[in-house]
Amino acid sequence: MADPVTTTPVLQLKNIRKSYGSGETESEILHGIDLRLERGEFAALIGPSGSGKSTLLNLIGLLDRPSGGQLFIDGQETGQLDDTGLTRLRGQRIGFVFQHHHLIPAFTALENVAMPLLVARGRPDAEMFAQAGRLLDQVGLAERKQNLANQLSGGQQQRVAIARALAMSPSLVLADEPTGNLDTHSADDVFALLREVNTRLNTTFLIVTHDQRLAARCDRIIEMVDGNIVADRRHQAAAN
Amino acid sequence: MKSWMPFEWIAAIRFLREGRMQSLLIIVGVGVGVAVIVFMSALLSGLQANLVKRTLSSQAHIVLLPPEEIARLQSPAGGIALRLQKQAQRLRSIDQWQQIQARLEGLPEIAAISPIASGPAFVVRGDANKAITLLGIDPVRYSGVIALPERMVAGQLRVGAGEAVIGIELAKDLGADIGDKIRVTTAGDATETFTVTGLFDLGNKGVNARNVYVSLRSAQSLLDLVGGVSSIDISLHDIDEAERLASKIAAETGLTADSWIKTNAQFVTALTSQRVSSNVIRFFIGLSVAFGIASVLVVSVIQRAREIGILRAMGASQGQMLRIFLLQGGIVGFFGSLLGSGLAWTFLMLWRLMARNPDGTPMFIIGVDPWLVAIAAGGASLVGILSALLPARRAARLDPVVAIRG
Ligand SMILES: Nc1ncnc2c1ncn2[C@@H]1O[C@H](COP(=O)(O)OP(=O)(O)OP(=O)(O)O)[C@@H](O)[C@H]1O
Ligand SMILES: [Mg+2]
Repeated sequence: MADPVTTTPVLQLKNIRKSYGSGETESEILHGIDLRLERGEFAALIGPSGSGKSTLLNLIGLLDRPSGGQLFIDGQETGQLDDTGLTRLRGQRIGFVFQHHHLIPAFTALENVAMPLLVARGRPDAEMFAQAGRLLDQVGLAERKQNLANQLSGGQQQRVAIARALAMSPSLVLADEPTGNLDTHSADDVFALLREVNTRLNTTFLIVTHDQRLAARCDRIIEMVDGNIVADRRHQAAAN
Repeated sequence: MKSWMPFEWIAAIRFLREGRMQSLLIIVGVGVGVAVIVFMSALLSGLQANLVKRTLSSQAHIVLLPPEEIARLQSPAGGIALRLQKQAQRLRSIDQWQQIQARLEGLPEIAAISPIASGPAFVVRGDANKAITLLGIDPVRYSGVIALPERMVAGQLRVGAGEAVIGIELAKDLGADIGDKIRVTTAGDATETFTVTGLFDLGNKGVNARNVYVSLRSAQSLLDLVGGVSSIDISLHDIDEAERLASKIAAETGLTADSWIKTNAQFVTALTSQRVSSNVIRFFIGLSVAFGIASVLVVSVIQRAREIGILRAMGASQGQMLRIFLLQGGIVGFFGSLLGSGLAWTFLMLWRLMARNPDGTPMFIIGVDPWLVAIAAGGASLVGILSALLPARRAARLDPVVAIRG
């Protein structure tokens, strides 16, 4: 375990608030969230529907801006950044895995995995496809590299999405119900894959899930209710 | 994936390829628009060039005449009446025409210069008596201005002493043929007999019935212009320069300089208004093509909202999204213009087959200027990019959170 005192946290939230609408219709969804994730943590974010989990994840992923508070990624304060700055930081430091796979159907599995590198470098090169190929090997899809995204099963698509999330070697991977659309068996596989990446690369994970069983397999469980964190438990995860 | 292609190009092409039907339909739409524009332009410029060529086949681009004079005439009642009167009766020569000719020869815009002694006369043969315009020319110089040698239908363009070249219409009126004699009389009762050495057809009935070409020297003596010329005909490399150059020459020499544009003012106005109305039509075709492209891309942005969101989440900038959609507009415009040029070429070939004179020769020649194709391709690509501006901005500004949730 990293020493929390001497290392910069991968993620730090200070009193983060988020409201939607304005005037009469304004409603605050997040009421001052404080949170700190250290490098290598494997954390679950749980809570009832509508408690603000996705909203929080979007803020952390720099897809949206908080209405108040401070958000640090790898020690860098993000409040002052413009859209270009946020986009760059997001591309380099954060990987996303969404519930609905979200691959780009016009591209092959290999190209989808290489996409973050392509976006960042501007032009394709052999090295990025080699790396994308290695990532697909690691998620067990060596045989499916040239398949178009929609020629893959749900579980396979989610594996591709995980490989893609890792393409830029991000510090933090955010997963919003990554197994929500999968049957129990595929869900277990995908979850095991996330865990394996975490132990092998020491990548930090924050995973939103409704699945108590999977949450129990994380090192830390953060629970939200009505826009507040009501519980934050670290524990030695149950045997995987 | 081609390694030289930037990310934006790759994404734009993939998106277009994936939306196969949509892309195809809009490319065809652009193609039809471009085809009509190219076809219309080619037809119009062919038609106009042909009309101008016909008009100029018997006219110089610029004609220099002696300056017009303001004559003061005393009225019989003793009062002074002031009036403008064109010099009519006696022909006047252009002062120092040789020097003027030498000076004009230095102008690079001028292709040929031909001094002419011309005036009214009568031609008599047997019982027939016709009013004509007698033109004394230097055939070599004159051929530089009017393509007379190409227009000879019988005999040759030879105007030695006692030789004349006449139009086919006049030959018919006089019943004269090559080798026949005609007698020319002028107002001053000077008379000379000429042998007809050639017949021409300048494509204009009036000219064919009126113009009689003789040597400069014969005309000078018949018209009482010994040593002088009544006009200087000029042809230019660029006929559109005629008006500008005419003013310049008039200012420098003090002569009256009439350009073909001024002489044929009505005709030129008709051509201009024809061009203006065709530009208006072209503009509206371009506009509807632009709206077509824009509407297809707006739909495409909505359809691809989720993919745009994913790309943004993966670090694609607003600028990259903007360019992806601008490029799609440009690519659609470009391929549409290629298709359109091909269609236009086909139309023109068909038109060439169908539009024929009664004798089976093509009515007039029109070709597809490679420049026109290049301009159409460039223009359509540009229109495509411009029409994509609005949809592309929408794509760039799409909120990734909303896009991904959808
Ligand atoms: N753009 C928005 N405008 C207004 N309200 C919003 C907006 N987005 C989310 N909300 C509200 O914020 C609250 C939290 O939504 P959020 O999606 O974060 O919940 P969640 O915890 O992810 O729920 P679930 O488990 O169902 O995914 C909900 O009440 C939702 O209606
Ligand atoms: Mg949610």
